[in-house]
Amino acid sequence: MKTSLAKQLDSINEYEREPVPEHKLKGLKSFIGMYAGEHTAGTEFVIGPLFVVHGVSAPDLFLGLLVGNLLAILSWAILCAPIAVKVRLTLYYQLEKICGRYLVSGYNIVNALMFCFLAGSMIAVAATAVGIPFNIAMPGLDDMYPTSVGWMATVFLVGAVITVVAILGYEQISKFANICAPWMILVFIAAAFAVMPQLGITSFGSFWEVAQTRIWNGVPVEGFSKFTFWHVTFFAWFANMAMHIGMGDLSILRYARKWQYGFASTTGMFIGHVMAWIASGVLVAAASGEVTPGPIAFNSAGIAGAICVMIAGWTTANPTIYRAGLAIQSIVPNVKRWKVTLLVGLVTTVAALFPALVMRLLDFVALYGLVLMPMGAIIFIDFYIIPKLGLRSNYASMVKSPFNAAAAITWVATLLLCLFLNFYQGIEIFFLGLPGWFIAATLYIVLSKLYQKKVTQPLEVKVSASSF
Amino acid sequence: MQVILKIISYIGLALTVVPSFLVFSGTIEPELHKTLMLAGALSWFLTAPFWMNKQKQAKASIE
Repeated sequence: MKTSLAKQLDSINEYEREPVPEHKLKGLKSFIGMYAGEHTAGTEFVIGPLFVVHGVSAPDLFLGLLVGNLLAILSWAILCAPIAVKVRLTLYYQLEKICGRYLVSGYNIVNALMFCFLAGSMIAVAATAVGIPFNIAMPGLDDMYPTSVGWMATVFLVGAVITVVAILGYEQISKFANICAPWMILVFIAAAFAVMPQLGITSFGSFWEVAQTRIWNGVPVEGFSKFTFWHVTFFAWFANMAMHIGMGDLSILRYARKWQYGFASTTGMFIGHVMAWIASGVLVAAASGEVTPGPIAFNSAGIAGAICVMIAGWTTANPTIYRAGLAIQSIVPNVKRWKVTLLVGLVTTVAALFPALVMRLLDFVALYGLVLMPMGAIIFIDFYIIPKLGLRSNYASMVKSPFNAAAAITWVATLLLCLFLNFYQGIEIFFLGLPGWFIAATLYIVLSKLYQKKVTQPLEVKVSASSF
Repeated sequence: MQVILKIISYIGLALTVVPSFLVFSGTIEPELHKTLMLAGALSWFLTAPFWMNKQKQAKASIE
């Protein structure tokens, strides 16, 4: 029985080091379900309250969400999807061709760790909901370390289920997300509508007035900075920077028949982010400032609300663990993906034991997007600009080099410059993605010109010498 | 059989969202809405897996 299961798992081919074949491509509906599920997540129960706490005004919130999410969709559809459907490779294999094995290995370790922490925070959010109906003592969001045996047992249970689904591959994740997405979205809507009378909203006409005075009243909670239209816009745009500008979704969109499927992210942004962030803001106001995901959902929608928080955490953690598994697998290609994903799931579950991961989620999401963004810029430039300059795309693969110094310097220098802008110019981390992308793009062009010239010259001399 | 399962699934979705509108309009109490939402969740998750993905598989094999 054990051997049979191992054989079955070994036979799951996710095309980690080859283009996805034509017969394995997926239709638009797969991506609509995937994006809607992935972005109607447990994090929305944390992000929505953040806007309330930071005192964003209602007009700034609605306009900022509209503009920011439109920019995010365009980033998926115009930057990421066209490359994904042309190369049909995972992010990691594509990067290996450009940057070389050594550099990608380092990048992948950092990347996989970040994915583990992100998925871990989702497991923690899910666990805050699981304990409510069973009266298990759960830590508050201010707690840094595990607070009870019940909490630890709950986290391990949730982590085990998520890891098993991720081991079974993209097909299983897609199926799981497809089933959950329509129901979850309706729970967000229902929970918000049900608490509106508590806030004094008794008709659609009274919503805007109450929204401006009792929900997003423009006054930050003491100790929190004031958020404006620009904060909301850039937050909405760059909340998934690692996935679109950072090209993380090459691994998912390589299954798309057409690049236009990148617009499927609309479901994630507008049904997921916009609707869920607004709904969770309403829930926080109705719960008199309580921000813990499980309790606010339970108060408004009962056990179904708690189940929703749990499932919302799952549908984000699943593809994140899947991506982390791919990242590690590209370092050790001879080890089967399911074994790697099992290890990733274990690390993720251990990380989820620490509630601090949820408390620091926003800082972490910003940092994780910023760290991965320069490599997305490198892929974009390598694909579109480098050939037009008479330079070689996929340089490391072409010259069989394990290390592309131009890419390495671009990555590190961009992050250092962004850190400088953050620490010394006082630019908040969510605003750094835009200048950071242009810094990375410019650096990679200039350094490639210098590096490729330097490396190819001795090669050419060698060829011409041997030809004599 | 699939038609019956689909009908139960859609009833589940309706039970999830419609009661909240009734709370909003002051027709029912929040506690009843929570109970109906749970019934809706059970209806959805006990029936949707049997037709949602099977329908996709059938479509994929035709393609």
